Amino acid sequence: MRNSLEPKPQRSAALLVVVLLILLAGLLQWVYFTHAATAPGAGLTALAQAELPRSGVTNPVTAVLLNYRALDTLLELSVLLTAMLGIWSLGPATPGYQQAGAVFAGLAAWVVPLLILSGGYLLWIGAKAPGGAFQAGALLAAAGVIQRLGGDPRASLPNESAQRWLAIAGIGIFALVGLATLVAGRGFLDYPLAWAGWLILLIETFATLTIATLLTAAYVGGQPPPSQTTATPGMHRMQAPDRKA
Amino acid sequence: MTDSLVLALVVPLAGALLVTALPAHAARIGLFSVMLNTLNIALLTLGVWQHDELQLALGDWAPPLGIGFVADGLSAAMLAMTALVSLAISVYAGDYFRDPARARHFWPLWLLLLTSLNGLFLAADLFNLYVNLELLGLSAAALGALGGQRTALEANLRYLLVGLLGSMTYLLGVALIYSGFSTLDFAQLAAQLARGDAAASGLLGATALGLMVMGLALKAALFPLHFWLPPAHGSAPAPVSAALSALVVKAAFYLILRLWLEVFAPLTTQGAANLLGLLGAGAVLWGSWQALRAERLKLLAAYSTVAQLGYLFLFFPILQGLPAGETRSNLFAAVTLMALAHGFAKSGLFLAAGFVQQQAGHDRIAELGTTLQQLPATTLTLALAGTALIGLPPSGSFVAKWLLLGGAMANGQWWWVLVLLAGTLLAVAYVFRLMTRAFGLEPTPRHFFTQARAEGPALLLAAMATGVLGVATAPLWHLLGTSGGLG
Amino acid sequence: MDAELLYASAGFILFVLGIWSLLLHRLLIRKLIALNIMGSGVFHLLIATAEHHGEPADPVPHALVLTGIVVAVSATALALSFGRALRGDGDD
Repeated sequence: MRNSLEPKPQRSAALLVVVLLILLAGLLQWVYFTHAATAPGAGLTALAQAELPRSGVTNPVTAVLLNYRALDTLLELSVLLTAMLGIWSLGPATPGYQQAGAVFAGLAAWVVPLLILSGGYLLWIGAKAPGGAFQAGALLAAAGVIQRLGGDPRASLPNESAQRWLAIAGIGIFALVGLATLVAGRGFLDYPLAWAGWLILLIETFATLTIATLLTAAYVGGQPPPSQTTATPGMHRMQAPDRKA
Repeated sequence: MTDSLVLALVVPLAGALLVTALPAHAARIGLFSVMLNTLNIALLTLGVWQHDELQLALGDWAPPLGIGFVADGLSAAMLAMTALVSLAISVYAGDYFRDPARARHFWPLWLLLLTSLNGLFLAADLFNLYVNLELLGLSAAALGALGGQRTALEANLRYLLVGLLGSMTYLLGVALIYSGFSTLDFAQLAAQLARGDAAASGLLGATALGLMVMGLALKAALFPLHFWLPPAHGSAPAPVSAALSALVVKAAFYLILRLWLEVFAPLTTQGAANLLGLLGAGAVLWGSWQALRAERLKLLAAYSTVAQLGYLFLFFPILQGLPAGETRSNLFAAVTLMALAHGFAKSGLFLAAGFVQQQAGHDRIAELGTTLQQLPATTLTLALAGTALIGLPPSGSFVAKWLLLGGAMANGQWWWVLVLLAGTLLAVAYVFRLMTRAFGLEPTPRHFFTQARAEGPALLLAAMATGVLGVATAPLWHLLGTSGGLG
Repeated sequence: MDAELLYASAGFILFVLGIWSLLLHRLLIRKLIALNIMGSGVFHLLIATAEHHGEPADPVPHALVLTGIVVAVSATALALSFGRALRGDGDD
């Protein structure tokens, strides 16, 4: 990238910044170490563990992300959506790359299904071990990136309209579950215990699709051009790359 | 009643999702969501009016494990201002973005911005606020670049990067707080700080507060960290400029106010508050001076935002010196009133400026005479907004400045009064420099409104700042639980 | 010295190095890497905070880091897109 926003800073200004930053680093180290030595915070480990049976999952990190602090995750997905909408507003996508040669295409045909499979596994295992929607979505998006590198300008994403629905699905289901619990007389995103595990899996499944779509769309880097061909909707339709180029 | 707290987030978010999925109907669904949001915020404000404070633990997980939402008088006032200003901006935007290609980019980002603003005014959790801040920063920068010119892209990329630097600094403060206090909740944190168990905790808390305030001051464009604001606000499309100047910087200011006066109150000192006041004074003088020199109307408005934000920071040293009681709560109400009045006035001014720019094809102040004389309603809007920016009666900012004056004198900090006077005189000069263009010897136009949908919202906003807020302050005083101290 | 203190200490250094690079380099890509390094610094601190001797790790900071990563990815993607739009072409 050749973009530079401002003229090169002067040497004296640079020196001042360095001195100030060294002072800041020293202050932070000193404050943190003094505090850690005398009165470290107890953390929320015990509390998170104690409430785990009421959360619907057995992986405490997933319990925090999808239950205790579910609102953070809902907003985080909205941030990702904002980034994609912003990217789309900045112009159309670039055409992408020429069709890959045999070696890359062969590798992609092998790696992409593996990524999808691993993504599904991570999604499922997230309830009890490290894993979950973001990790799964990131793997699916990696599959999309490989497809684009291999010459598919849309990185296996469906047409624009379907992309828009996929982009909001995870956030929409999340909000709908919240509204459903609200209407049922509980609070927003206050899951009934018997359903909590399944509701979290439902949210995470759609969140995975949305995260994969949003990350891939961000990589494509612009609004998809109007398509002539009728594209197949659905993130999972990762067709094997065309071996002839 | 507490449902309205959650709906304040869900209504604009659901609107954003729908307009994303159905771009062909963006303007209609978008406007409808904003109306629904206004209705919901009215209910919320009513709830705060009756109960003083509404609280909610999301997902029924009490803090520190869960996230708390709290709406008190200050939150309700900011939310109500945001709802009204965003409604006016939305009506105006329906007219402004007639090109459907631009409308479909505007509406989802605009509703996401509104979601984050509502979240910021409600969340009582430091980390949830961080996510809201990022949502705000990203959607604001993307909206600001919708104009598409190179200058707009450059200005808003800089705005995005500055915002990210600010939120990262804020986040480091949040991480320090969690490491020391094991909670992110406002009330629990305030209780722990008030107990003041160990000196080391106080030091950690003060460092964290410093980082958070620095990060937020960057986002609130506090002098001398304001350098990014004029180009970004001056180059954005008019409805976006209005939102950026009236609402977005105000959200960062609101957070500083909340952290400084409530959560971290036991750790703040007069010296630190004086520093904030000093920077505010710099902003008042520098921003007003630059507004006076600005060649373009939108740049004038943007520099005036820098100055008006400065006034808000003048309140800190005076509030710091006052003991809890009548005078202090009146002054707190005054700073809220100042923020509200500026929100209404500046959004009105930017919307009017956008309409002038559309009609004249440019916004160079020296050449606007003929255009202004053909637009009586817009000229009235500029005059009313200008009245509020100067702080003449009967504007809300007049009442606020009057209370600030009283507070400064009661406190023996008379030097702030000099800043107030100098800023007011400069504001008179830059407002009159604009208004003199409107009075020439042209024949009187036959219609008051040239385009009601474009000029009406701006006029209502400016009238709100100058007419309503200055005269009918009693509801605001009630909401904030104070007597007002004017009569 | 405890590993967690070392981790936090590295976090502060990363944060400050990030600011340095953000302020003093002109290229957008370097600024964005700098911002991500600042983020990594904060995440280091959070991970260090999660450690308590003899107990399982505190899940809350871990979840905060995950959320923070997604936000950082989003911001970086949007900023890169700005850079590409400013460059006016896009054959990278």
